[in-house]
Amino acid sequence: MQAKTFAQIESRYFYLLVALGALAAGAGLLSAWYMEAHGHVVTGMNNQIVWGMPHVFAIFMIVAASGVLNVASIGSVFGKAVYKARAPLAGLLSIALLAGGLTVLMLDLGRPDRLIVAATTYNPTSVFAWNVLLYSGLFACVAVYLWTLMERRMNPWSKPAGLVVFAWRIILTTGTGLIFAFLVARQAYASALLPPMFIVLSFAWGLAVFLVVQSAMFSWNELALNPAIQERMKNLLGLFILGALYLVAAYHLTNLYFAKQAAFEHFILFDGGLYPWLFWGGYVVVGGALPLLLIFAPDLGKSGHVLAASLLTLLGAFALLYVFIIGGQAFPLNIFPGYEVVSSSFGDGQIGHYAPSLPEVLLGSGGLAIAFLITTVGVRALNFLPHDEPKAAQQE
Amino acid sequence: MSEVNQDRRQFLARGSALAAGLAIAPGMLLFDFARARPAGEPASSSVRWGMLIDTTQCESGCDDCVKACRTENGWPEPKASTDVQWIRKVDIKQISTGKQVSLPMMCQHCANPPCVDVCPTAASFKRADGIVLVDKHRCIGCRYCMMACPFKARSFVHEPVEDHDSTMPRGQGTVESCTLCVHRVDRGIRPACVEACEKGGHRAIIFGDLNDRNSEIYLRIRSVTTTQLRADLGLDTGLSFVGI
Repeated sequence: MQAKTFAQIESRYFYLLVALGALAAGAGLLSAWYMEAHGHVVTGMNNQIVWGMPHVFAIFMIVAASGVLNVASIGSVFGKAVYKARAPLAGLLSIALLAGGLTVLMLDLGRPDRLIVAATTYNPTSVFAWNVLLYSGLFACVAVYLWTLMERRMNPWSKPAGLVVFAWRIILTTGTGLIFAFLVARQAYASALLPPMFIVLSFAWGLAVFLVVQSAMFSWNELALNPAIQERMKNLLGLFILGALYLVAAYHLTNLYFAKQAAFEHFILFDGGLYPWLFWGGYVVVGGALPLLLIFAPDLGKSGHVLAASLLTLLGAFALLYVFIIGGQAFPLNIFPGYEVVSSSFGDGQIGHYAPSLPEVLLGSGGLAIAFLITTVGVRALNFLPHDEPKAAQQE
Repeated sequence: MSEVNQDRRQFLARGSALAAGLAIAPGMLLFDFARARPAGEPASSSVRWGMLIDTTQCESGCDDCVKACRTENGWPEPKASTDVQWIRKVDIKQISTGKQVSLPMMCQHCANPPCVDVCPTAASFKRADGIVLVDKHRCIGCRYCMMACPFKARSFVHEPVEDHDSTMPRGQGTVESCTLCVHRVDRGIRPACVEACEKGGHRAIIFGDLNDRNSEIYLRIRSVTTTQLRADLGLDTGLSFVGI
């Protein structure tokens, strides 16, 4: 397949896709302006649920941006040809998702106009400040890595560059997990399990994003994916989904074992209204069991099933993040151990209420649209689509 | 000669009384709670401002401290969960005995404040004298400090702010909390909530220098059982409580 040919075929869809992406991104930017003009009072957030839907979207994109690089790492670090052919697309997706996630995070700030303060003033004890460096560093690392992959003369450097990217993204997702792990007083968060949990979740979510994009790009370019490659990638996705389920289970089981965490776990897993439904129905069943069935059941595992499994994994990701971020804040802080709150004007001792507002959802989906636009334009402008040698999968 | 001596004695006696009065009066007037800090002089780490909340003196239903804080610092009466509350009254009940306690809740001015640790731009900071503050010109409104605070002491300004006081600038999109009335403390005046509580006849809040061995707060903490909220977290709060 030559670059010229795929560009021609895709142009039938390209402008429509860009127009749709721009519309969604524009709606996100307008929402951010609306929130900026009126204040966060127009969102569902309040003084108890201080991080809402924008954080669900942003953290999904940042985690997936790291995980999608797994495809590149398996190619460059572990030398698998099938994955190496996919490394450029993985790199592009990583940059796109990170850009989308950071845009949402930035536009949800109370004072996005002070971005320069965040960029120039660092508090060395703040994991947020570390992440500013880790995120911008990932952009730079992936850009150099893409250069080594796409510029023939730089090809020999792709393995060391891939190694740096591999290390960097593991540290980056550790940093994302630490944002929550360092919250000493929140029952949902202060756990050393969170960084490894986020790393394994990133593997699953990143690969699911990759498979959805690969499927769409192949379909829009009227290409067919080698079934052997499909087989390998779906098995890997299944493994990652299992790994993620294992760590999420370990996190909840350790919490259940600590008496002081029992009330919180009971809330999230059983009697917390929407949150248990989203956890069991959204994450465990839709985002875990069903994709595993679609991937591993004897008569399933075909192209359509893998795409469905990937999409369900992504739905599960949003369900889990909603439970983790919003549910984690909704459960009240235990300020007075041994006492129960009789009355408070500030919602002490009460479950926090949160209803996502349209501007928040539009801002979050605007971030996804930005990632989509970068990917679509990138694939159109440069040769990012995987080129598989015949029988590439069987050779390894 | 004897008349002269009488005059001299009277002069010496009155002079001594006046000198003694001048020496003692500031101490009597500002009894241990504050010392004015000359402008331009940085806060000193030899001082650690703190409060002792005596819940046995705090009346359920009384919110004099909250009203005084609102008036002093210019934040509006809260009506929704998006409105700011620098200080609030909370009534709690001991689960094992049913004992009810009422207390004011605000920033605990920790020695190891989690809000300061997590703030990416160092907008949250602790002064040398232990007062934890937000630099509102540096705050980007990320709300990470609100996630980190174990006491729900911080509020986010969800709406545009009008008519804020020049001594206490406030702004939409930034985080704020109890400042321990730093603008008053630096002038040698006690925080507004402390004065209001005393004026209401309760004296449930004692303010002073935790490092001053002669201060009322130091002596009280030494003589009665006090509790720091969430002492298990090792934050060494500047506020302690009696009766919980």
